[in-house]
Amino acid sequence: MSRQLSTVNVNEQRNKGISFKLDLQSYTLMIALVLIAVIFSIFTGGEYLSSRNLSNLFTQMSVIAVLAVGMTLVIVAGHIDLSVGSLVGLTGGIAAILQVWHGWSTFSVVFAAIIIGAILGLWQGWWVAYRAVPAFIVTLGGMLVFRGILIGLSKGQTIAPMSESFKQIGNSYLPYVPGYILALVSIVILVFWTIRNRSKRMNMGLMIPAATVDYGKVAVYSIFILLITYMLNRYYGIPVPFLIVALLSIIFIFISNKTAFGRYIYAIGGNQEAAALSGINIKRNILWVFIIMGGLSGVAGVLLTSRLNAATVNAGNMYELDAIAACVIGGTSLMGGKGKIFGALIGALIMASIDNGMSIMNIETFWQYIVKGLILIIAVWIDISSKK
Amino acid sequence: MKGITKDFPGVRALDNVTFSVRKGEIHALCGENGAGKSTLMKILSGVYPHGTYEGQILINGKKVQFKSIKESQDAGIAIIYQELALVGEMTVAENLFLGHDLMRSKIINWNKIYAESQKWLDQIGLDIDPETKVKDLTVGKQQLIEIVKALTKKVDILILDEPTAALTESDVEILMNLLHDLRSKGVTCIYISHKLGEVMSLADSVTILRDGKTISTDSIENLTEDMIITKMVGRELTELFPYEPHPIRNEKILEVKNYSVFDENGKQVIQDVSFSLKKGEILGFSGLIGAGRSELFISLFGGFKGKKTGTVLIDGKPTNIQKPADAIKEGLAYVSEDRKRYGLVLGMDITKNTTLTALNKVMKLKVIDEALEIKSTEDITKKMNLKAPSLEAAVGQLSGGNQQKIVLSKWLLNDPKILILDEPTRGIDVGAKYEIYKIMNDLVKQGVGIIMISSELPEVMGMSDRILVMSEGRITGEFLREEATQENIMRCATGGKKSVQTTINS
Repeated sequence: MSRQLSTVNVNEQRNKGISFKLDLQSYTLMIALVLIAVIFSIFTGGEYLSSRNLSNLFTQMSVIAVLAVGMTLVIVAGHIDLSVGSLVGLTGGIAAILQVWHGWSTFSVVFAAIIIGAILGLWQGWWVAYRAVPAFIVTLGGMLVFRGILIGLSKGQTIAPMSESFKQIGNSYLPYVPGYILALVSIVILVFWTIRNRSKRMNMGLMIPAATVDYGKVAVYSIFILLITYMLNRYYGIPVPFLIVALLSIIFIFISNKTAFGRYIYAIGGNQEAAALSGINIKRNILWVFIIMGGLSGVAGVLLTSRLNAATVNAGNMYELDAIAACVIGGTSLMGGKGKIFGALIGALIMASIDNGMSIMNIETFWQYIVKGLILIIAVWIDISSKK
Repeated sequence: MKGITKDFPGVRALDNVTFSVRKGEIHALCGENGAGKSTLMKILSGVYPHGTYEGQILINGKKVQFKSIKESQDAGIAIIYQELALVGEMTVAENLFLGHDLMRSKIINWNKIYAESQKWLDQIGLDIDPETKVKDLTVGKQQLIEIVKALTKKVDILILDEPTAALTESDVEILMNLLHDLRSKGVTCIYISHKLGEVMSLADSVTILRDGKTISTDSIENLTEDMIITKMVGRELTELFPYEPHPIRNEKILEVKNYSVFDENGKQVIQDVSFSLKKGEILGFSGLIGAGRSELFISLFGGFKGKKTGTVLIDGKPTNIQKPADAIKEGLAYVSEDRKRYGLVLGMDITKNTTLTALNKVMKLKVIDEALEIKSTEDITKKMNLKAPSLEAAVGQLSGGNQQKIVLSKWLLNDPKILILDEPTRGIDVGAKYEIYKIMNDLVKQGVGIIMISSELPEVMGMSDRILVMSEGRITGEFLREEATQENIMRCATGGKKSVQTTINS
């Protein structure tokens, strides 16, 4: 009797072909972003979309974007990290102290900031994973501890100026020609990767999306990459902080999609008990998530100190909330198990856009807080109601 | 209760059940797991409100229609579930009078509440300070507190759903005395229990349910334990079990010797269990819910928090399994009875769930090969006859049967030597059940050893080569396929004497 029951077999997908995967959430995000751009363009008389402003915007979002990449992993794993703002301040401060007071080279200072960030992440991860203290508490404690260490080490002073090479990290641009070359190389890689993927699926006898869909996507992405490069090159070129964000994003999107570690993070956040019975080492994976978050905080600290050309005791204050907001706006669920790094990047861009657009419009700062707060609530409401 | 019929999606839980209880008697309700006892009582107590079932309820000859638990409580019906509904952080007194009028006054008179509580506790002979927190009491004492709580309100009909499952001997005695006492005061008790010894000594009359139908209602004088068992299980094997005789090899693939398990609180849940499994054998584990079967195998799989002692040999070699990853390496696979909680990540898609334990099989140079991953998933789910809109669908959207096929796929992708199936067909429709049995047949032919834990007797008897029966953390019976009858399995499961009928050429 069973044989007849199975009329709709998985196999039939092949006949139907694959439908264009409609990821509603990422489209809502795109629409929101376009809407924000249109509104600000109108109110600023086109200034918002000018080359100069786009360049500023991408630079401004970089610190939060780096944090949001790591925060996505933390939240997907079902935890939270409230200490990243303080950690950004601390690692940035240590970088400045080592360079200004002790004369370390730029390379060793950057290396030290990232390693110290990772070690402090390890310390927090150990409490969360192996001592089962809720991440909210551990990182709330970390927020205070790290800020305290920063004030103690810097003796409450602002530490400046950084060396010329260190300043370059956050304030330089990729010249026009290398910029275009980079854009073209990434397009070639994109095309090559799509072709290879298609032929591989074909060899295995799997269904392949229609050529128009696949290559249409490639075309859209390519145009987008070229357009951004063109706009940024009309100003000084591609900002280095933006390149760092792009590079880190690619690395971590790869890790989250293509490695066992990434897959396990989603499984742990989605259903920890099932993950444990599937033989996944929950503790070690959680520990690594916090180490990565710490290391990325180190990167963000370097970026911030470099951009400001100084380290202050208040640096990075409240950044954890911006990073969490970016993730949540980007569709990451605070319940864990669900979320995309790309979404978090768009979220960071939206947050930065609101700051940036409203500053150009000369709207007082207090409005920025109010609008950002409301957008956060609405974003989560849309997310919840779309599930029903 | 007359002509009660209750449907759940895809299952008819109760089919035209008639159930009548005389005032002031202790009436036992007996039946196998899933016979519909709890559902019937939930209808009586208003958990399933009027309108969600067919039929009518008469109390003292008057028709009643309960729309909520509150209404049934007002009518004097109290129900005590197997799962406790007490607030652990609160004191005994607070729990007893939670929701009572004494608690609702504007200013709570604590002294009065404590005095009242003490009075109630004394009355049933419980030596407990009303100011102790409930979480500090044993489960048995908590159960008694729950009963007292019900009694603080006006109760005409008291329903007890397996009250003695967690009680110690002395607590059972307190409960028995309490029930006799209540009977003399004219309170009617409906008593659900698997322990037939208790039923025989306590009840005035017994109603037996089977497969959602009333089988009989008899006065206790006309019954014996054996008659009750026969009535509980006495059915033909109507469902199809595609058991095919297959060669069982003599090699022991798994051997467990003197295995004991203690839970986190140090309580012994498995006591000195020994058994073995052969290559290509289906070994059924029967017993009632709470007999410790799942705990035994979760522990063997390395997923149980708590101490364990004993020896486990796989392929004749001693093993030291501390965590599930060790068990997977040894070739074990455990399909949990609660697939939503322990088997699947509901928000993830079919492909990702399927490859979760076998990611290394779809990785090249530590990188997941997406095409290979989809290919492997497609191959295995095709074998399982999975019905799904696409492999990218979230598993949460699928039916129980298809979810179970994904859990199976996930474990089979690892090519296990020993497959432990815990209630493999619970909540699954007949068609999917049949397919899962077919898959089991295919696997044993390939030499996989299967352990099937099942509370459904026909399933155990229909599919197993050999059956072990567990009761209260011990193995209480062993039968070859040919010797097993529903009656002798049930006797061992309800705490009968150890009756090893055969020893297999070991």
